[in-house]
Amino acid sequence: MLDQQTNERRLTIARAMAEAMAQEMRRDPSVFVMGEDIGPFGGIFGNTRGLIDEFGKDRVRDTPISETGFISAAVGAAMDGMRPVVELMFVDFFGVCFDAIYNQMAKNTYFSGGNSSVPMVLMTSTGGGYSDAGQHSQCLYGTFAHLPGMKVVSPSNAYDAKGLMTAAIREDNPVVYMYHKGLQGMGWLGTEPGATVHTPEEDYVVEIGKAKVVREGSDVTLVGLAMGVHNALKAADKLAEDGVSAEVVDLVSLVPLDRETVRASVAKTGRLIVVDEDYHSYGVTGEIIATVCEHDIGKLKAAPARVAFPDVPIPYARNMEQFCLPNADKIVAAYRAMQKAEG
Amino acid sequence: MKPTKDQLLWMYENMVLSRRFEEAIEKVYMEGKTPAFNMANGPIPGEMHLSNGQEPCAVGVCVHLTDEDIVTATHRPHHQAIAKGVDLRGMTAEIFGKSTGLSGGRGGHMHIFDADVNFSCSGIIGESCGPACGAALSRKMQGKPGVAVAFLGEGAANQGAFHEALNLAGVWKLPVVFVIEDNSWGISVPKSEATAVERNDVRAAGYGMPGHHIPGNDPEAIFDIAGQAIERARAGEGPTLIEIETYRLAGHFMGDAEQYRPEGEKDALFEKDPIPKMRARLLADGTATEAELDKIETAAGEKVEDAIGYARDSAPARDEDALTAVFV
Repeated sequence: MLDQQTNERRLTIARAMAEAMAQEMRRDPSVFVMGEDIGPFGGIFGNTRGLIDEFGKDRVRDTPISETGFISAAVGAAMDGMRPVVELMFVDFFGVCFDAIYNQMAKNTYFSGGNSSVPMVLMTSTGGGYSDAGQHSQCLYGTFAHLPGMKVVSPSNAYDAKGLMTAAIREDNPVVYMYHKGLQGMGWLGTEPGATVHTPEEDYVVEIGKAKVVREGSDVTLVGLAMGVHNALKAADKLAEDGVSAEVVDLVSLVPLDRETVRASVAKTGRLIVVDEDYHSYGVTGEIIATVCEHDIGKLKAAPARVAFPDVPIPYARNMEQFCLPNADKIVAAYRAMQKAEG
Repeated sequence: MKPTKDQLLWMYENMVLSRRFEEAIEKVYMEGKTPAFNMANGPIPGEMHLSNGQEPCAVGVCVHLTDEDIVTATHRPHHQAIAKGVDLRGMTAEIFGKSTGLSGGRGGHMHIFDADVNFSCSGIIGESCGPACGAALSRKMQGKPGVAVAFLGEGAANQGAFHEALNLAGVWKLPVVFVIEDNSWGISVPKSEATAVERNDVRAAGYGMPGHHIPGNDPEAIFDIAGQAIERARAGEGPTLIEIETYRLAGHFMGDAEQYRPEGEKDALFEKDPIPKMRARLLADGTATEAELDKIETAAGEKVEDAIGYARDSAPARDEDALTAVFV
């Protein structure tokens, strides 16, 4: 919608994703979309709404509940010259189809010596916070980013969501496009208002592999992605009330990872807190901390900290889940602990 | 559907080429692996799955295909690759782990990719099926000619990927043919102990497509049924499932002691070896002369010798190339 006062065209991430797909489908006949309930239903999370009206059932293809079948079919179609955008409805469902993803989609380029490419987008929803428990609420960023051969992105707002989708569709390599349900702008999921931002109508690209400093500061660097960015921004507001200046880095992409932007920020602030809704161990938080420590540990004024989901399955009960999820208060507390340790 | 003389000779030629190739690979593979067998040693390390005995399946199907058709193959891919026209030098060098290999040594024998003839394979059981559906869908959507053939073993017909792909092919009426090479063993477990039905062709009924069973490991019978299935796919009439009774003359992989085989099974199989059998038939019915067949056999031997020599003489893969080609 256009805000009359600011002349802003504010879109939800869901709308922004659909708009990017529609524009690319108009531009390139090899682009098509398939997945469960992405046709007349418009996607469970709204991200394909309206596409079937313009492009029809052939290019906006509802699939059987058969992730191995249609994701490996997307691999075969991509290697034959198409550009499929395929949806894994919840990232948690990767367990029924991971061979198609990490053994085929991610490895066929390498095993062909670079003679074949797999230009496809695997879009998948992540995140919890609405009591859907541990088979429908995970992020699994680290799981996908860990395995070589796929680019991995996760937008925190509609502007990036559109530009990243456009970039992902035009990319000649497989891209895992992870969108957080709580940022999607679907009322029934509850939504983070900060994700609905000005989104230009014309097509544009947000570069894959480039992080963004979304708030400048000098005392501490808060690094996150998707929902983590919003938690970090809220923490930065709280810290500012106490005169602490926090810089917030939105990773935007996990693969390739923009280590330079993170290092440059920490070089400036000397302190690092990483926020992640994925599990604590062996994940994004550890990778970001290692990125800084192995490069120049001397830049750190304090031991780095992480605010992540504890290493337990995601519980159902509202209070149990909220107890586990990262939030602004936990980030502020991590900073306070850091200060205390510094003395 | 009956093969012409040219088609018969093409099938014989490719069966012989595949057999000579694997005999040569087998010999090189054992270099450096005696007296103690260690898979990591020798000019060809790693697992090696030979397809000798199963050649009729590959030639009886691929004789109907052109370069633009797609084949997705298995962990046991040599006969299928050869019948599809994969570059023999490049494939051999790949198996040797050389820089001149099809993927510069990154893939090896279970990951043969030759985009020029639309050939690829996967080392994971059942995973040839989905990509074949996708390639078939691609042709259908683009209105471009070409059909896809997925090869798999009878063990793969118990994988979810097989059933999901067949359903997808059935519901979308894709131009794809699924070819099961039933060699009756899933490594050491017999089909009768792993599969709830005696013949997998009956499973086609569950996916709205015709199913065919071909006994006898007979290239001409395979030619007939595969030809009809491929014609049906080309005509836009949808997918077909074919199960071929075949057998492997070797173990599951080289180094397999094959203690699971009943006594005498191997000897009986060698007596049914499809290559001498086809030769005898071509001579008996006057399709070809001794001289013609000898010429084919000599040429096959020379081609293999050339490919092995090329692979041996090629520079090894470069260490640092391991870090490239993850992305294009």
